[in-house]
Amino acid sequence: VTIMPGADKETDLSERIEAFLSDLKRGGSGTGPLRGSAETARETTALLRRVTAQARWSSAGDLMEIIRKEGRRMTAAQPSETTVGNMIRRVLKIIREEYARSRGSSEETDQQESLHKLLTSGGLSEENFRQHFAPLKANVIEAINELLTELEGTTDNIAMQALEHIHSNEVIMTIGRSRTVEAFLKDAARKRKFHVIVAECAPFCQGHEMATSLSKAGIETTVITDAAIFAVMSRVNKVIIGTQTVLANGGLRAVNGTHTLALAAKHHSTPLIVCAPMFKLSPQFPNEEDTFHKFVSPHEVLPFTEGEILSKVNVHCPVFDYVPPELITLFISNIGGHAPSYIYRLMSELYHPEDHEL
Amino acid sequence: MLADGPEKTGDIERIKNEGKELTKEEKQRLRKEKKQQKKNKEKKDEKAPLESEKEKKPASSSPASQATAQPPTQKASSGVPAPAPVPVAASEAPSPVDKPAKSKAELKAERRARQEAERASKQSKKGEVGQQAAPSKAKAPPSELQPVVKRLPEHIQVDNPEVLKKLAKKLERQQIPLRSDYGYKVSLFSHLHQYSRKAPLTQQLSIPSSVIHPAIVQLGLQYSQGIVAGSNARSVALLHAFKQIIRDYTTPPNEELSRDLVNKLKPYISFLNQCRPLSASMGNAIKYIKKEISNIPSQCKEEEAKSKLQDCIDCYINEKIILAAKAIAKYAIEKISDGDVILVYGCSSLVNHILCEAFEKNRKFRVIVVDSRPRLEGREALRRLVQRGISCTYVLISAVSYILPEVSKVFLGAHALLANGYVMSRVGTSQIALVAKAFNVPVLVCCETYKFCERVQTDSFVSNELDDPDDLIVTRKGKTHLEHWQDVSSLGLLNLVYDVTPPDFVDLVITDLGMIPCTSVPVVLRVKNVDQ
Repeated sequence: VTIMPGADKETDLSERIEAFLSDLKRGGSGTGPLRGSAETARETTALLRRVTAQARWSSAGDLMEIIRKEGRRMTAAQPSETTVGNMIRRVLKIIREEYARSRGSSEETDQQESLHKLLTSGGLSEENFRQHFAPLKANVIEAINELLTELEGTTDNIAMQALEHIHSNEVIMTIGRSRTVEAFLKDAARKRKFHVIVAECAPFCQGHEMATSLSKAGIETTVITDAAIFAVMSRVNKVIIGTQTVLANGGLRAVNGTHTLALAAKHHSTPLIVCAPMFKLSPQFPNEEDTFHKFVSPHEVLPFTEGEILSKVNVHCPVFDYVPPELITLFISNIGGHAPSYIYRLMSELYHPEDHEL
Repeated sequence: MLADGPEKTGDIERIKNEGKELTKEEKQRLRKEKKQQKKNKEKKDEKAPLESEKEKKPASSSPASQATAQPPTQKASSGVPAPAPVPVAASEAPSPVDKPAKSKAELKAERRARQEAERASKQSKKGEVGQQAAPSKAKAPPSELQPVVKRLPEHIQVDNPEVLKKLAKKLERQQIPLRSDYGYKVSLFSHLHQYSRKAPLTQQLSIPSSVIHPAIVQLGLQYSQGIVAGSNARSVALLHAFKQIIRDYTTPPNEELSRDLVNKLKPYISFLNQCRPLSASMGNAIKYIKKEISNIPSQCKEEEAKSKLQDCIDCYINEKIILAAKAIAKYAIEKISDGDVILVYGCSSLVNHILCEAFEKNRKFRVIVVDSRPRLEGREALRRLVQRGISCTYVLISAVSYILPEVSKVFLGAHALLANGYVMSRVGTSQIALVAKAFNVPVLVCCETYKFCERVQTDSFVSNELDDPDDLIVTRKGKTHLEHWQDVSSLGLLNLVYDVTPPDFVDLVITDLGMIPCTSVPVVLRVKNVDQ
C-alpha cells in the first residue's frame, strides 16, 4: 500500500495539533511546565501557519472553516488560555483581509462598521468566500509571518516605553509574576533608580521569583505578603501589573489578589498601569459567571496534613480575579498607551465581529 | 574665655575710643564674648529648673534609692501634664499616683510654682540661638514626664543611636541581655526592631537566672516563639505570671511593699518587651497593676497586701475579659440572623466566642474563614469552629474579592482601638474592610474596652511590629526562591504584624459598654479616665 505524500503531511499535521492540544491541557492544570502567554501565542500562530500551508483547501471559505474547527478544539482544551482564541481570530481576520484584497474591493468599505452602513445596507453582506485565488495561500502565509514578527517584538516594544512612565525615586508596586512587567521594570532600571514592592500572591507565591529576578538586576526590591497590600499602599507612587486577559469592556482577568490591589490603589488615588500586549485582548465580556473563574486544587491552601477537618470544610482556590475598568488608569501595549475606554475601538481593528463566536 | 573677656573688651574699647573701625576679627571676638556671657547667665538660670527636671529623670542615671525618695516632686510635676495623655509603652510608664497624703491645694500650689519657673526660664531662652535649649530638652525625653514634649516609646526610635545606647545602659543595669536586630530592614521601617525567632532572648540568659523570675522567663519564651499569641491570651498569661510573682515575693527589710514591688516588676517588663514588644492590652493591664500596688496603704501587712493584689488581678481578668466577652456576645448575637454568611479573618478569641455562642442559641449561619500567610492563624479558628459543628469555608486573603459577593456580614477582631477611631488589628484586616466596603457588606468590629488606647495613628508605618522575615520563605513546586535572600543586597522581606483600619470602613464597634460607632472611642476613654 503506497502512502500518498499528501496523507503524510496530513497525519503529520494532525499529530502536531494533537501534541499542542495535550500541551495546553497539561499546562493549564498547573502540573506541567508553566508557559507564558507569549509563547502560547507564538506556538498557536506557527501551528495555524502550518495548517494554512499543509491542509487541503481551495477557497478562503474552506480555510476559514478548517481553522475554525481546529480553533474550537483548541479553546475547548484550555478555556482559560484566551491567547489561543485571540490568535485564531487574528488569523481569520487576516484571511478575510487578504481575500478582500485579492478580489480588488477596497479595504475601507469592507471594514467600516459605521452606523450609516448598518442602517442603509439592510440585509447580510453577500460574502461567502467561495472564489478561488491562486496567490491567496502565499499572501496569507506572508501575513501570518508578519504577525509572528509582531508577536516576537511585543515585550521589547512595551519595555521601550518604560522611561516615559517611571521617574527616579519612585516606589512601584506589583503583584505576582509577569514577564512583561519584569522586562518593563528592568528596562527602566538601566537609567533610573527606584524601589519595587512585590506582593507575593499566595498560594503559589510567584512573587518570590519575580522579586529575586528584579533584585538580581540591581533594583531595590521588597517582598510583602498579600495581607500587607493596603497597609503599604500609602507609600506607593504607582502600581504596575500584568494580566492574563484584557476583556472587551476594558476590564481585566488577572491573577487573584489583583482586585484588592486595584481597590487599594483607588482608595489612595494611586495610578494603576496595566502592561498588556495586544494579543491578550479578547472579545469576551465578564458576564458569564461559570466560565470566568478557574479553580485549581486547594491543597496549597489547606494541605492534606490538616486531615481531620478537611472533610468538613469547603476550600476554594480561584486563580483569576475580575478587575472592573473604572479602577484602571492606563493600558500600555506594544502599540502605545490607551485609556480603558478605548479598548473597544482597538478590538474592532483586530478582530472581525463575526469571529467573536468561533 | 571668660578670663580673656574683660581684657579683650578693654582693648576693643580703647580702639573704639581711638576712633578706628573694628576689624573683622575683633567684631567676631566681641560677638563670641557676648554669646558666652549670655550662656553663662542662662546656665545659672537653668540650673534651678534643670535640677527639678533631673529629679524627674528615670533611675537610669541615678541609683534606684534616689528614685524612691523623689515621689513627692515627681507627683508635683506629674500634675502639670495632666491633659497630655500618658504614652502606652508601659515598660517605662510613669506612675502618676496621687498619694492620699498630699491635698489638692498643695499640689496646685506646687504646680503653679513650677509653671512660673519654667515660663521664666523659657523667656530668658527666647531670642537665643536655641541650640542650648534643644540639647537639654533632648536629654530629658526619656524622663518620666515632660511638660511639653510627650515621651516617645523606645521601640519606635530604633534609628536613633542615642536612644539605643540608653536602652543598652538600662538593660545592663537591670541585668537583662540586649536582643540584636536581624537581617536587612526595609528602609521605610528602619525605626522599628526586627528580630529572628531562631535567636530567642532566653538563650543569652544564665541558668539559674537570679534576676528574672522563672515564670517570666517561661512567659518571655512563649511570647517570642508565638506559643502564646493573641492579645487576650497574652494579657491573661501576663497577669497569671504576675500573680505568681506576687505569691513568691517577700518584702526586703526597710522597704515598703508598694514601692519595692513596682521596682521589682520593672526589669521583668523590660525583659518581656525585649522578647516581644508589649501589646496595648498588656500595657493597660500593667498600668492597672502598678496603680493597685502603689495604692496599697503602708500599714497593710504583707500577707494581706499580697492576697489583696491577687484578688485585684483575678477581678480584672474576670471583669475586663471574661464578663466583657459575655456582654459582647449578647450584643453581637442580636446582629446575627438566620441564613447569614459571616466572614471572619484570622483567629480572634472574641469573634470565635461570639460565633460559638450564636450557634448554641440555634442561629442558622455559615462561616467563611479568611486566612493569610505567613502566620496562617485562620486554621486554628477553623479547627475550633468545625469542632463545634459550624459549617465553614476556608480561603486565602487573595481570594477575598471572589468570595465576598456571597457574604452578608464581616466580623473582625481588634488588637487595640486608637483614640482617633482607627482600629489596630492583624495585618490584612484593613484590606478586608476595604473590599467589604466596595461590595457594600457591613463590617462589625468586636473589641473589649480594656483594649482602648490613647495613642493616635493614621498609617501602619509609624508604629508597628516587624516579625521574623524568614517566615516568608516557602517551597513551591520544589523550588525555594527566597532561600538565600540575605546574599542578595537589594532584596528585602517585610513581615508586618499589625495594620490600622480607617474608621470609615468600619460600620459598628461592639464593646462591653454597648454598640458604638468608631468615632466614639475617645468618649469612652474619657469616661474611663474619669471613673479611675
